[in-house]
Amino acid sequence: MSGAEFVPLSLTPLLIGIFAAVACALPGNFLVLRRQALIGDAISHVVLPGIVVAFLATGVIAAGPMMLGAGGAAVVAVILIEAIRRLGRIEPGAAMGVVFTSMFAVGVLLLEQSDTSSVHLDVEHALFGNLESLIWLDATGWASLLDPDALRGVPVELPRIAVTLVGVILFTVIFWRPLKLSTFDEGFARTLGVRTNVLGMALVIVAAISAVAAFDAVGSIIVIAMFICPPAAARLMTNRLEHQIGWSVVFAVASAVLGYVLAGYGPLWLGARDAVSAAGMIATVSGIILAITAVAGPCRTRSGAPVQD
Amino acid sequence: MLELASTHGTVPGETGLENSPLVVRGLTVSYGQKPAVFSVDMTVQTGTMTAIIGPNGAGKSTLLKAVLGIVKPLSGQVQVFGKTLNAQRGRIAYVPQRASVDWDFPTRVIDVVLMGLYRQLGLLGRVRAQHMARATDCLDRVGMRDFANRQIGQLSGGQQQRIFLARALAQDADLYLLDEPFAGVDAATEKAIISVLKSLRAEGKTVVAVHHDLTTVAEYFDNVFLINTRKVAEGPVATAFSADTLQLTYGGRLATAQIDQLAQVPG
Repeated sequence: MSGAEFVPLSLTPLLIGIFAAVACALPGNFLVLRRQALIGDAISHVVLPGIVVAFLATGVIAAGPMMLGAGGAAVVAVILIEAIRRLGRIEPGAAMGVVFTSMFAVGVLLLEQSDTSSVHLDVEHALFGNLESLIWLDATGWASLLDPDALRGVPVELPRIAVTLVGVILFTVIFWRPLKLSTFDEGFARTLGVRTNVLGMALVIVAAISAVAAFDAVGSIIVIAMFICPPAAARLMTNRLEHQIGWSVVFAVASAVLGYVLAGYGPLWLGARDAVSAAGMIATVSGIILAITAVAGPCRTRSGAPVQD
Repeated sequence: MLELASTHGTVPGETGLENSPLVVRGLTVSYGQKPAVFSVDMTVQTGTMTAIIGPNGAGKSTLLKAVLGIVKPLSGQVQVFGKTLNAQRGRIAYVPQRASVDWDFPTRVIDVVLMGLYRQLGLLGRVRAQHMARATDCLDRVGMRDFANRQIGQLSGGQQQRIFLARALAQDADLYLLDEPFAGVDAATEKAIISVLKSLRAEGKTVVAVHHDLTTVAEYFDNVFLINTRKVAEGPVATAFSADTLQLTYGGRLATAQIDQLAQVPG
């Protein structure tokens, strides 16, 4: 494929897919180890009412209000989950289950009761995103990457997810030591003066920001898959957290690239006429990678599971 | 001789409380309706080894966790070397219950020991040769030097306990708080751990451990602290660890004959 075809049609969706996958996979490593993996699932569900409320308040589907609404809903959900968990003294999974299904239901009801027929806002869009439509029509080839005029036409989702990814990387690098410490042994971390509650909340908020930024571009399926599949597959490849992070990034990028290419060309190779959803295919590839590592990964034995007391 | 549970503030015959490694006053902790620890006073002397003893659910671990700020007490004060806990965190080392963490966590033995150096390393400080040497040294003290690069899930229970002790040693503290350090470990590990704790005492450090094996109390410890939600007794093993206090602590849960036998073990 030539640059004249690849750059305008495939470069931006591919980059957005890669950035979204990595931005979700990084915090996903800690969420999986903390047995909080489904919080990504929860977040991707709860943002729906936030987005609908933002639309009802402004009357347009604009990126700013949508992000604000989604972020607000995610934060409300996180607080609700923590409150139910602490006040009700029930396990976190149950608290999440209650909150995210309720909030998603509220979002669907709001969507039904309000007139959104004039805009592109429906449940399908929320699930699959619109990765394939995030094309860069101003580009004419690789040279456009250095052309300020053409660069102005880059889909707004690309810089947004890129900035999010940089933020996630900075958070992971700066708080690496306390994150690792408090994920392994929260009590001990507290005796050292680490504010584990604040850190745990910060991790969830960072995950929420990634989820919202990625959700906006690629829908909730890819978000759920990327929080869990690359980190879980990476865990089966190594017994060191430092290496696990590396593997999870490799798997996230591989899922994004393979998934995008297979969605665009796979059906054609098989003789079908239409492409399939890129987000769906990316999620599928990440699931296949997880399945392969679950069968053949070098570090599959669990010997040190905690004793319940 | 024997100080039974009391509400007055100071321990008789003791001066210079401000120098005590640990002073607890009126500490109450509750997880729900019922308090787990109720209005407990405790004073620990420098260079001693104290066993916290009591039946299951008596609040032993909770007392330790409240002292360390892991759980928030409803009321009460904790003083560490005469100051608040926050001012003295660098002087406390902690060995949690082995079963409280997931040993399947993807990390190596040496990395766990290095966690004890967190306060020195800070957020972004690089692990230098001196830190590695210190961590290796601590592993050596618990006889685990050769296991530095093992994944922690591959260790036996006793070996895991030793790693936790090595991590506490790396903290280079003056007060060591241990939660059931001998629970479910092999005889060799128990020997290794008690010898390390005794060497700490010889260096003038202070050791407080939640302990469940009544038969080894007199052999291992100088002082006992008997608790069953409230403090029952506190003092030297020779006086505070008696048939009467054990009866008060455990109620009908220990046979009288057993208690008499335990209390006769020479200090």
